[in-house]
Amino acid sequence: MRHLMSPLDFSVSEIDRLLDLANDIEKQPKKYAHACEGKKIATCFYEPSTRTRLSFEAAMLNLGGSVLGFSSANSSSAAKGESVSDTIRIISCYADICAMRHPKEGAPLVASEKSKIPVINAGDGGHQHPTQTLTDLLTIRSLKGRLDNITIGLCGDLKFGRTVHSLINALIRYDNVKFVLISPEELRVPDYIREDVLKANDIEFEEVETLEEAMPELDVLYMTRVQKERFFNEEDYIRLKDFYILNKQKLAEAKEDMLILHPLPRVNEIAVEVDDDPRACYFKQAQYGVYVRMALILTLLELDKEFDY
Amino acid sequence: MLNISGIHEGFVLDHIQAGMSMRIYHDLKLDELDCTVAIIKNAKSSKMGKKDIIKVECPIESLDLDILGFIDHNITVNVIKHDKIVEKMELRLPKHVKNVIKCKNPRCITSIEQELDHIFILADSAKEVYRCKYCEEKYINPNRRR
Repeated sequence: MRHLMSPLDFSVSEIDRLLDLANDIEKQPKKYAHACEGKKIATCFYEPSTRTRLSFEAAMLNLGGSVLGFSSANSSSAAKGESVSDTIRIISCYADICAMRHPKEGAPLVASEKSKIPVINAGDGGHQHPTQTLTDLLTIRSLKGRLDNITIGLCGDLKFGRTVHSLINALIRYDNVKFVLISPEELRVPDYIREDVLKANDIEFEEVETLEEAMPELDVLYMTRVQKERFFNEEDYIRLKDFYILNKQKLAEAKEDMLILHPLPRVNEIAVEVDDDPRACYFKQAQYGVYVRMALILTLLELDKEFDY
Repeated sequence: MLNISGIHEGFVLDHIQAGMSMRIYHDLKLDELDCTVAIIKNAKSSKMGKKDIIKVECPIESLDLDILGFIDHNITVNVIKHDKIVEKMELRLPKHVKNVIKCKNPRCITSIEQELDHIFILADSAKEVYRCKYCEEKYINPNRRR
């Protein structure tokens, strides 16, 4: 039995296979409409995340399965003080697979150690959010046709943004990927990403402070939200949240076929006027999120073997 | 000159950095052993200037020395049997350590679930970097000798 805690749990060839399956689901959704009949996913969300939870639930429903779960710690037995280990032992009796979101880092790993069913980390604090990374990889590969030979700009909160850290870790495994890290000094990537990931693997990258100077060379621009819940004090949050806003004017310097991605929800870092630009792919990205979660559920339940793709 | 007699069976831990012996005493849980322990602090050393030494009279299988490698793998471990040194053990950084250090990341699951073990896994042996198994918080040994 396999779990998914980090995007690096899968090898490059396993990720390729997963993305192939997701693309096949996109092309032929009816083929998979009954793949999970009789199966249940438990969405155990100890903190609110409507988008990720609904994406998992939509994925399971699209596969003909059903869903159960909770959407905040208050509505679960955690409010009575039950440990994650005990909760997953119980959930294992009710469902066939579990997607867990928890504000504390490592909670899904604790669950996976006691679980009798596959556990998917649906986000643990500022640590990992592997299904977002798989979504990002599927979006880039589907719309660009490749994951190698790209220059990707990562903009906004690169210090606390776990989606950015996971995406960097996942993309360095492909050839000739260059990173342009666009952030204010206060929100630069942590040292371990710069030293242990980028420099240690001899990856080309540069750190810049403005969107404008990075824009012309980018194949992909990945925008992120400055998340209030990642800050210890509100003063820092208010000071930094409006730092980098993408609008039509800044886009004028971008390549015609650049992709604009965003893990969503956005606050104001992408102006609404950008939504109609053909380069804006963040809503498509949400759709790819459902396909990749469908592919992941099938893979972890070992039902992928029943299909040719 | 302080004289402490030799031991029949056990360990002599030599070349401990001066001042570290009490930490080792606690981390090796020597206080829980019913045996003779001698702690020598600030002994003269040609190599180190000053050093600490611990002598433990106990059956050799009763100590888990992995933890010593984590604290300082430059410590010399002499294994004594029948009043003689029978082995000089080489210490290595253990692949993981359990409940020796606590994860200080307030966002880590170990900060709220008290029954969880605090496990750190060796991430970079050259830099002596360990990371929390759960949240990957970094720990660098503050006693590392360069």
